[in-house]
Amino acid sequence: MEEFEKLERALSQVSGFIYPNEVELQWGLLVVIYPYITGLVAGAFILASLEKVFKVKEVLPTYRLAMLTALAFLIVAPMPLQAHLGHPERSVSMFLTPNPDSAMAMFGFVYLWYLMVVLLLEIWFEYRADLAMWSKQKTGSIRLFYWLVSLGSRDLSPASIEFDRKAVHAVTLIGIPSAFLLHGYVGFIFGSVKANPWWSSVLMPIVFLFSAIVSGIALVLLIYYFSSLLRKKAPEMACLNKLASFLLYALIIDLSLELLDFVHRLYESEESVEILRELISSKLFISLTIVQILLGTIGPMVMLAVARFSTLPDELKRISYFLAALLVQVGIFSTRWNVVIGGQLFSKSLRGLTVYKLELGGAEGVFAALGLLILPFIILYVLIKLLPPWEEARAIPTAESGVRDGEL
Amino acid sequence: MARDDESRSGKTRREFLAELAEIPAACLLLGVVGPLEVLASDKDDVSEEVLYAMGVQVDRCIGCGLCVRACKQENDVPKEPYYFRTWVERYQILANGEVEVDSPKGGIEGFPSEEEGQDVLRSFFVPKLCNHCDNPPCVQVCPVGATFKSPEGVILVDSDYCIGCRYCIQACPYGARYLDYRTKTADKCTFCYHRITKEMLPACVEVCPTQARVFGHMGTKSSPLHRMRRMNRLQVLKPYLNTAPKVFYSELDGEVR
Repeated sequence: MEEFEKLERALSQVSGFIYPNEVELQWGLLVVIYPYITGLVAGAFILASLEKVFKVKEVLPTYRLAMLTALAFLIVAPMPLQAHLGHPERSVSMFLTPNPDSAMAMFGFVYLWYLMVVLLLEIWFEYRADLAMWSKQKTGSIRLFYWLVSLGSRDLSPASIEFDRKAVHAVTLIGIPSAFLLHGYVGFIFGSVKANPWWSSVLMPIVFLFSAIVSGIALVLLIYYFSSLLRKKAPEMACLNKLASFLLYALIIDLSLELLDFVHRLYESEESVEILRELISSKLFISLTIVQILLGTIGPMVMLAVARFSTLPDELKRISYFLAALLVQVGIFSTRWNVVIGGQLFSKSLRGLTVYKLELGGAEGVFAALGLLILPFIILYVLIKLLPPWEEARAIPTAESGVRDGEL
Repeated sequence: MARDDESRSGKTRREFLAELAEIPAACLLLGVVGPLEVLASDKDDVSEEVLYAMGVQVDRCIGCGLCVRACKQENDVPKEPYYFRTWVERYQILANGEVEVDSPKGGIEGFPSEEEGQDVLRSFFVPKLCNHCDNPPCVQVCPVGATFKSPEGVILVDSDYCIGCRYCIQACPYGARYLDYRTKTADKCTFCYHRITKEMLPACVEVCPTQARVFGHMGTKSSPLHRMRRMNRLQVLKPYLNTAPKVFYSELDGEVR
């Protein structure tokens, strides 16, 4: 069998001693994608919430876009998990007979809470007046769609719009801790495994959260920039500048936390320090030191800082923001890789290292992963077509929007 | 005054009635909670009498691998050398302080002889298996409760219920679990549950030519396990993880993890 040939090859590349059952890596590329995607969801949502709760007007043009982005990625989030299960058809047991002691069993509930109570509710209240309007204006089947999605709501009185505003505010207030919960919880899944010294860290949920915020802001920046180009509108410089600042601050916090974790491990120098040192300097050297830290964190930080606080022409600033955000995505992806795959490359006997070979085809292969990473963008495209997030598409102009999309 | 008295007494009567009603309510509550509590405590403080455990006398193991072979046969463990319910590790501590550990094919075919010219200070074999922890991290993390502790303290997997998420494999500090590629569910040592519940010994214990492995109830005074626990200084693997293993090792070297 091909599978065994693979394991045989892996076994021949093992250095030192690993337990015989450890030749097969249990979690592959799909499980790398899962925290990456949920991180994007949480990050995009937290960015959207900033505008609502802290009234950051500059990022207003990205508010609806960020919400739709979060939704598109949230829809895809459980797919890699589902796909990696040995028995996907049994996953419903996680809802029917969950083990309350299991961190993983809570995923379904956290997910449903976040999807139903937070995201869908907030998007609905945000778009309610528009939906009501569109279901009056449009014709054909799309009219029926808007009518269905508006749940028959027709009220466009100032009082009802004020109510929408308050409802969005209230949901956002619940939403921020929920977004923290969603991704902090993903960090907990790894951080609470005491058997694995690379994962077991109380900082794990916090590190996951801040890397989520970093990736979410960078993603919204990329989508905003890209969609502006597609719509042949100049992206607002004030908005991009603000996003770049947020991204820079989040990166600084993220890097500090990662460094704290690193220094703490080194200083405590526990039993596992030798094998982890070997892991970092051999198997993870490229993905951790080069890609995650240099290319994915320090590089973008320098680019953002230089572009943000210099007198470069706007065009150059935009390009550096764009490149920085792109590098951040690569960096955060390798962060997830280094956690998930890195945590399985050393033996729990702390005496040896094993290997992970990426495949192209198959359920855990590169193509499946690419598909899962492209899917949210297709969903986002559909969502944008159905629920245009642009300011000029609003049926009811908002009183609070001082800045308009595409004015510059 | 009289009205006050009346109202007070009326209140008292109501209160009295309410109190009266509380009695059956309390009884009912006790009736429900009482047995549950007993059940819960039953589950946690199982007497040592019924708990199964294994003893491994490291100095007796000769690394023949019969236990590994017997286990694979008895339990239909995949024959490929990547899946083991039990395996044997060889430790060679060299004079220069280096430690060499190996377990070729889990030790199923025994071990190759020591390399020539190596200055080996001491060498020994360590049979490994699921530790049937009293505080099992694998049971804790299973999202659907497919892996559980039997009344005898044996950790089992319900392969009809396991969803194959592999979280338990990640959570096991001892590398005792694998995913059976045929059923796509987690699998591990059961102490030969199908045998021990019929008063037989686990296959690995049965075939061990040197009685390096002993097995029995923790509390039965006449068992070889009890004697082994009485006559030896014992150690468990990775005690600092607080998993409370029920596989006890005698003469265990500090290098063994």
